[in-house]
Amino acid sequence: MTLNANPGDQRGITEASNVGTLTRDDFVSDQEVRWCPGCGDYAILAAVQSAMPSLGVPPEKMVWVSGIGCSSRFPYYMNTYGIHGIHGRAPAIATGVATARPDLQVWVVTGDGDGLSIGGNHFIHALRRNVNLKILLFNNQIYGLTKGQYSPTSEKGKVTKSTPFGSLEHPFNPVALALGAEATFVARTLDVERKHLPQIIQRAAEHRGSAFIEIYQNCNIFNDGAFVALTGKEGRSQNRIYLEHGKPIRFGAGNEKGVRMTSEGRAEVVDVAEVGEGDLLVHDEHRDDPSLAFALSRIASGPSEPTPIGVFRDVQRPVYGDGMEQQLRVAAEQQGPGDLSRLLGSGDTWSVD
Amino acid sequence: MVAQAAPPTGERKELDRVVIRFAGDSGDGMQLTGERFTSASALFGNDLATMPDYPAEIRAPAGTLAGVSAFQLHFSDHNILTAGDQPSVLVAMNPAALKANLKDLTQGGLLIVNSDAFEERNLDKAGYATNPLEDGSLSGYQVYEIPMTKLTGEAVKETGVNKKEAERSKNMLALGVVSWMYSRPLEPTIGWLEKKFAKKPAIAQANIAALKAGHAFGETAELSAFEVKPATLAPGRYRRITGNQAMAFGLIAAAVQAKLPLFLGSYPITPASDILHELSRHKNFGVRTVQAEDEIAAISMAIGASFSGHLGVTTTSGPGLDLKSEALGLALSMELPLLVVDIQRGGPSTGLPTKTEQSDLLHAMYGRHGEAPLPIVAAWTPSSCFWAPIEAARLAIKYMTPVIILSDGYLANGAEPWRIPSVSKLPDIQVRFASQPNAGDDFWPFLRDDESLARPWAIPGTPGLQHRVGGLEKADGTGNISYDPDNHELMTLLRQAKIKAIEEDIDPLEFDSDEGATVLVLGWGSTYGAIGAAVRKLRVRGKKIARAHLKHLNPMPKNTGEVLARFDKVVIPEMNMGQLSKLIRADFLIDVIPINKMKGLPFRAGDLEEELIKHL
Repeated sequence: MTLNANPGDQRGITEASNVGTLTRDDFVSDQEVRWCPGCGDYAILAAVQSAMPSLGVPPEKMVWVSGIGCSSRFPYYMNTYGIHGIHGRAPAIATGVATARPDLQVWVVTGDGDGLSIGGNHFIHALRRNVNLKILLFNNQIYGLTKGQYSPTSEKGKVTKSTPFGSLEHPFNPVALALGAEATFVARTLDVERKHLPQIIQRAAEHRGSAFIEIYQNCNIFNDGAFVALTGKEGRSQNRIYLEHGKPIRFGAGNEKGVRMTSEGRAEVVDVAEVGEGDLLVHDEHRDDPSLAFALSRIASGPSEPTPIGVFRDVQRPVYGDGMEQQLRVAAEQQGPGDLSRLLGSGDTWSVD
Repeated sequence: MVAQAAPPTGERKELDRVVIRFAGDSGDGMQLTGERFTSASALFGNDLATMPDYPAEIRAPAGTLAGVSAFQLHFSDHNILTAGDQPSVLVAMNPAALKANLKDLTQGGLLIVNSDAFEERNLDKAGYATNPLEDGSLSGYQVYEIPMTKLTGEAVKETGVNKKEAERSKNMLALGVVSWMYSRPLEPTIGWLEKKFAKKPAIAQANIAALKAGHAFGETAELSAFEVKPATLAPGRYRRITGNQAMAFGLIAAAVQAKLPLFLGSYPITPASDILHELSRHKNFGVRTVQAEDEIAAISMAIGASFSGHLGVTTTSGPGLDLKSEALGLALSMELPLLVVDIQRGGPSTGLPTKTEQSDLLHAMYGRHGEAPLPIVAAWTPSSCFWAPIEAARLAIKYMTPVIILSDGYLANGAEPWRIPSVSKLPDIQVRFASQPNAGDDFWPFLRDDESLARPWAIPGTPGLQHRVGGLEKADGTGNISYDPDNHELMTLLRQAKIKAIEEDIDPLEFDSDEGATVLVLGWGSTYGAIGAAVRKLRVRGKKIARAHLKHLNPMPKNTGEVLARFDKVVIPEMNMGQLSKLIRADFLIDVIPINKMKGLPFRAGDLEEELIKHL
């Protein structure tokens, strides 16, 4: 007796929706969106929903999984299958979905507290395994749903309700953490990036394996203006360093700034006029060695200074679920499909008449 | 079927049963020796039960009491229920093994020691001031001093193994000696050694040489020779099975019967890890096993798989169940089928990882915040660990609920003969995935079945049935988030009613009573064998007594109250402080009499007999 790898097959589920005619509305659920007015999450939701039709995956083949926190209400607003899980565990739940059902596209929505504090372990292990799932981490550098405590990405010295004398903790750099966790796709974008954000979503969807996107998201209630250096009128052009594969890294209002590697392997911001374009670092997303991506992740110590935006790393590595399917296939070929009678009667047996 | 060895020549004393314990350093291979002896006994046709007893440390310092590992086997010519109270034969490979185990040996029992190990250093480590082989302290026993290390060294000379490897073969010499004494065939062990060391023929030959040398020594030295005839078991094909192996087979069988792929998320933990190991071997059944990063991830992955239409399972022991509590609440709130296998061990905290205890009944019942009822089934013998997951899966799928399966270290590692069931007689498990909208054009994920109160299971990939579920309270029917006070009370009552109604769908509580008996012994889990043996002894003494054993702990069978009410006294032996006693008192207002043991060891039938007689 064999078991179908995919229970959907048992009932003959096929690509029922005509994916060519999908629209944004196909991905919008009937639930009322309940984030605070002015929250950055609205912009992210709108950008994600607008990106969905072009992915070519019908809503019934998508599963959105989240943990706990403001960002984790996201699945309710997507007209797909969804799990609103428990605090921090979304990457683990999603690993179960993606490993059980390789035919599904699996997305995780998490935040800086959910994904990097209580769920830090699952976050790094999902990336390490290269499970076929896409993680969107809404980083607002604060705990919102519990009303304003510092988070693992809050800057040192942050004064919050739980740190009236200032936080003593050094923050995580989520991009650097993901790279250290052996992630194969790592990107950063901003909630206000209406064009860039959907493009990055599309890139993550196309990536085979784990994809991680850090999205800087403004919490206008508890941490308003955390990213103003990147979103304010002046800052936008001066401090956003757009990463483009194969191109020298330049930024600034007049493209007058650039990034080059120092002799000790650190990426530094320079004036192009001073060093010349030939000295600038040419971005390479596909470099197998993660040290270039890591160096780029360390240019800014936080979103208060020139900060890279875009895809840091995009490389191929065997996908966990693919390996699992392969082992199942090989086992069935070599040992024959599972036979329960044979299994129960295996080993030394004897008969009593 | 393996051919039986010709019975050795000479006079053999016939025994109806033997309890033998092999004890040595944890590096001495005592578990393996015991298992091989068990296997040969099973093939010979005896009934048997085993109890491994080993330290949590993989290799505690050699020669110390902390490092002693033991394996006890009870084999007989008739049906037996336990691994035996006290060994009548003790094999001690060093002074520490002797010291740790001698107190259990029956007076006048047979003691077989490796005399080579009784030198000053080992005696010191074991805390012996004088050599017990010389100081007369063993005069109450029949002692065979055998220079096992020396004999092994001589026996393996020709095979070319080095001194260390030769030394490691001495357990086979010991096995050879007792195999001769109890007329056990050597062929199964020889075949097993050849297979195990196929790539290291010299080591295989050394072990075989030691085994044969031990056998020859027994014959030449004219050690006492015994015979335990095959037991009369019901006709059929048999194999030996441990609880954990039966659990793994039962999980696969449950998935096959439900025509669902099996998904195991698990984190290694003693004494549950063998289920992960066993399931990982059977990928040709489509079994997916993930060794998760932690206990919480393991159950979370299983929840994701269940949501996606697999039979999601997680296996663990007490500390792991602690960690899984929140996720278990999520599965319960999402109303997803999920199996949680808990191989109980001594607690609290890290407790006694390798020792048994019925530690988690109340944890399984109440170990979640909120009103969070779920079904609990408990295995009672090693082979019943095959039944438990099949029954649990039936309930989980039919009622859309997580189910906890309780086993314990004694069942998990204990072995017994098992009559291999016919696959055609296993129950079918019906799975009906939702395929279309159930509320006009809409799909309501919490629109319940009128009869079972189960919600529909709609799996990703099904067009038009997209829905979102989580741990927030859901509105009855639509499943939308709801903070409405009346709805929360209704949902709480519905969740409870759904589980309670399962009492109509499970076997009634059977009881076995002497005419006129006024005392009922009620048990659950692995006390089954000890209670049975104690009751048997009491009946032999002419006492009237009744017994019943619960396999479903939540809900309990519908007739439980009626059965209990038939008797004047209800006595509940448990390897805990009285967890079932609390439940019975609370639910049935009966002042039960608890008998409790918290030693990390199963009840001895003899002790239980003496406790029970006080109440007769």
